[in-house]
Formats: sequence, structure tokens, C-alpha cells
Amino acid sequence: MSLSQADVLAGLKEIVVEVAGIPAESIELDKNFTTDLEVDSLSMVEVVVAAEERFGVKIPDDAVEGLVTVGDAVNFIVDAAK
Amino acid sequence: MSRRRVVVTGLGATTPIGGDVTSSWSALLAGTSGVRSLTEEWAQTIPVHFAARVAVEPSEQMERVELRRLDRSEQFALIASREAWKDAGSPELDKERLGVVIASGIGGVTTLLDQYDIYKEKGARLVSPHTVPMLMPNGPAANVGLELQARAGVHTPVSACASGAEAIGYAFDMIRNDRADIVVSGGVEAAVHALPMAAFAAMKALSTRNDEPQRASRPYDLHRDGFVLGEGGGILVLEEYEHAKARGATIYCEIAGQGLSSDGYHIAAPDPDGAGVQRAVKFALRDSGLTTKDIVHLNAHATSTPAGDIAEANALRAALGADADHVAVSATKSMTGHLLGGAGAIESVFIVKTLQDRLAPPTINIEDLDPAVTVDVVRDKPRALPAGDIAALNDSFGFGGHNVVLVFKSI
Repeated sequence: MSLSQADVLAGLKEIVVEVAGIPAESIELDKNFTTDLEVDSLSMVEVVVAAEERFGVKIPDDAVEGLVTVGDAVNFIVDAAK
Repeated sequence: MSRRRVVVTGLGATTPIGGDVTSSWSALLAGTSGVRSLTEEWAQTIPVHFAARVAVEPSEQMERVELRRLDRSEQFALIASREAWKDAGSPELDKERLGVVIASGIGGVTTLLDQYDIYKEKGARLVSPHTVPMLMPNGPAANVGLELQARAGVHTPVSACASGAEAIGYAFDMIRNDRADIVVSGGVEAAVHALPMAAFAAMKALSTRNDEPQRASRPYDLHRDGFVLGEGGGILVLEEYEHAKARGATIYCEIAGQGLSSDGYHIAAPDPDGAGVQRAVKFALRDSGLTTKDIVHLNAHATSTPAGDIAEANALRAALGADADHVAVSATKSMTGHLLGGAGAIESVFIVKTLQDRLAPPTINIEDLDPAVTVDVVRDKPRALPAGDIAALNDSFGFGGHNVVLVFKSI
């Protein structure tokens, strides 16, 4: 199954809105989870688990460190779903 | 150096009879019961089908994202602390002189049980990463400490149903001992859930008056049959007297002393002689420099259990002697139910309001006063307290044989 970048971004926005309470319009590809969106390490675990469920992909713990921006996460999920 | 005095400069509460101090206090004076039948399905699976839930749900008082990261007990702590801090005038101070002491009897028990359900149904991967900060009993204190950036120390004494009073006493000592100038203190509880209720019911500690929930909490009534579980919390901002005066704070009253003791008798049953309670009252009076003659009001622990209410009343009569005749005794659990670790805290909030308004709240639901009750109970309607310098006691007792007595004095 392949996913488009736009689909993944839309889905990820919903997850981050739910987990971190951030307005959807402020969630863009270049935003840093920690410094821009204030998603702390515990909330990031929630985002990852919710993304795995939603997109049917595996995001291993050692990959999570590399997901610095929303764009990093979108690209990882798009690649993982190919 | 003269002894550092401690005053109350802010109050906050969320209780079964009101979402803040003002609404809770007026409901209390009006004799309103906060007890309701539970509508959850599980309620029919346990012997007790009612409890005293908070009057205003946290979802009406907090943002959704905060709610999902906080146990219900932590939500109560933040709601009441925000009210209390604002009431104190949101004081500016060196955060290294600001402390927090907030207790809970059981901690985040609903989080623990809900997450265990998720683990069993969906597996370890779906267990929330927020579980530990939500279930730890120091979570309410820690979250308030974080919000206020308190750096003098954040603490959580745990002594079952004496926890809330013990927290206030600990905060009182922090200021007296010059560790802090302001301490946000109190207690919270959020244990309305099938398991804790089934467990209290297994001890035969809860009232089973399922056909008349609002009449179930009846301290000192001949036909009382156990306590009613309540939830919520109360917070007091304690402040060093000179510090409060210097910033022009509104001062409600003084905390004049505390007395602590333990029964060494039984893990759950009260000592029928109440020797431990008597010692705590004596220590508290000695600590405060007051005598039995100064005490005009007691907000009693009186949970509506057959053994507890009488043991407490006898102990107070023994400790206060003939001076017990001029002590107006109020059992506000008749309206709020029993908030466990939050009880001593909301009752301390009520005492502060009692001293402010010079009005002792009523005890409701006494149809036949138990003839064994040896103290003067305020029934049905509030009672005016005398003018001049007056003082009042809060006593709280916890499973394990913990006894805490606090002395509040008009200023």
C-alpha cells in the first residue's frame, strides 16, 4: 500500500492535535516537534503509537530519534508504507 | 528571633457541592447534599450504588489536552490550586521560597486500573506513556509545583484519610522552619471506581442506603451505617505572617498549631478509648499556645461509621472536658461525603470560611441523634459563633491509626 505525503500529513495533524492540543494550522512539514510544537518525549511516544495504528506501519524506537520535524515523520511513514 | 507565624491567604476547592470555594460554602450553609446515584453500569455490580462526585466536571474547567495527561486527582489539584493562587493575589516571590504540599490517600488509582484494562485488552504497546506520572500519589503535588515553579520543596504525606490534614501541617512546618515563605497545601482524591468502592464495601465501611443516597451520610445519627465516598479537593495558600503583611495580602486567619499521634491499636478500626486522638488534641493546643477555653468550633472527622463517630466524640469530650460544651461541632461529610485524602483539606477550607463568617455549618441527616454522642452537634441550620478572638479545630484520622489535629485562629 502506498500513501501520499498529503494524506500522511493530514492524518498526522489529527494525531498531534489530539495528543498535544496544538491548532492544526500550526502543524507544518518544517515544524520541529520539540521546539515548535512542544511535543515532549512522553507525548512523542503517543504520537508514534497512534501513527503506527493509523497508517499500519512500524516505527522502531531507534528511528524515533531521527523524527525531528513533522516532515521527517511524514517521509518516514510514506517510505515505510511502500 | 521570634517564632515565624503562619497565616492563610488563599483558598481553592472543587467539591461535590460546588466547583469553587464560594459555591461550595454557600451550598454547605444551605445544607445541600452532594451525594448522587451512580449512572455507570459497574455501579450495579457492587453493593453501593452511589457516591459524591464533584459538582462541576474538570472538563468544564480545563483544556482537553491537559485533561488527557492528568489523572483526575491531578485535575482536582490544579483546578483548586489555580483558584487558591488567584485568591492569594498571585503573589510574586522568589520561587526558592515557594513550596507545595498536596496529599492524596490513594493517588491515581483510576489511571492504574484503566491502564491495566488497556494492557489486558490491547497489549503493552498501547499503555500510555503518561501512566506513571498520572498514577503516582505525588502527582497532584508535582503538577502544581511544576505549574507554579515551586523550588523550596514539593511533598506528599500519605496517611489514608488523614493525608489532607497532614499535608497542611507539613506546609505549616515548612514555613515555621524557614524553608519557605509561601506553601500551597491541601489534599485531593479521585477514587470513585468499581474496585476501590468494592474494596471499601468489603470492609463494610460504606453505607448501603441505596434507596436514599442523599440521606446515607448521617454522622451521629443512630442509624448511620457507613461513609459515602466523595471526590474532589481543597487547597490553602499558607504564608508567613510578615511576608503576607508586607505585600498587603488579604489574611483569612492564622494556623496556630498542629498535633500528631498514632494509635498503635489496629490497621483499620478506631481505638475505642480514643487515647491517640486525645493526645493529638493536647499536642495541638500546646503547640498553639491556646487552651480548651479558646476553642469554639470543631469540623469533625465524623464519617458516619458506627464505631468511628462515637470514638471521636468521646475522645474530644475527654480531651476538652467541660469546655467541650461551648464547641459547636459540624460534620460536613454529611453533605460532601468522605473525600479520603482530600477530606482534611476541604474541611480546613470550610473552617477558614467558618472563622471568616463566624458561622458554623450544619450537619444534615440526623433524624435520631445517637444518645451516645457526648458533643454539641450543629444540626440542620448554621450556628453563629461568638465575637472576639476565637479558634477552631480540624481533626482527621486515617486507616493505619494516624491522627492529625490542626488549630485555626481568628486574626
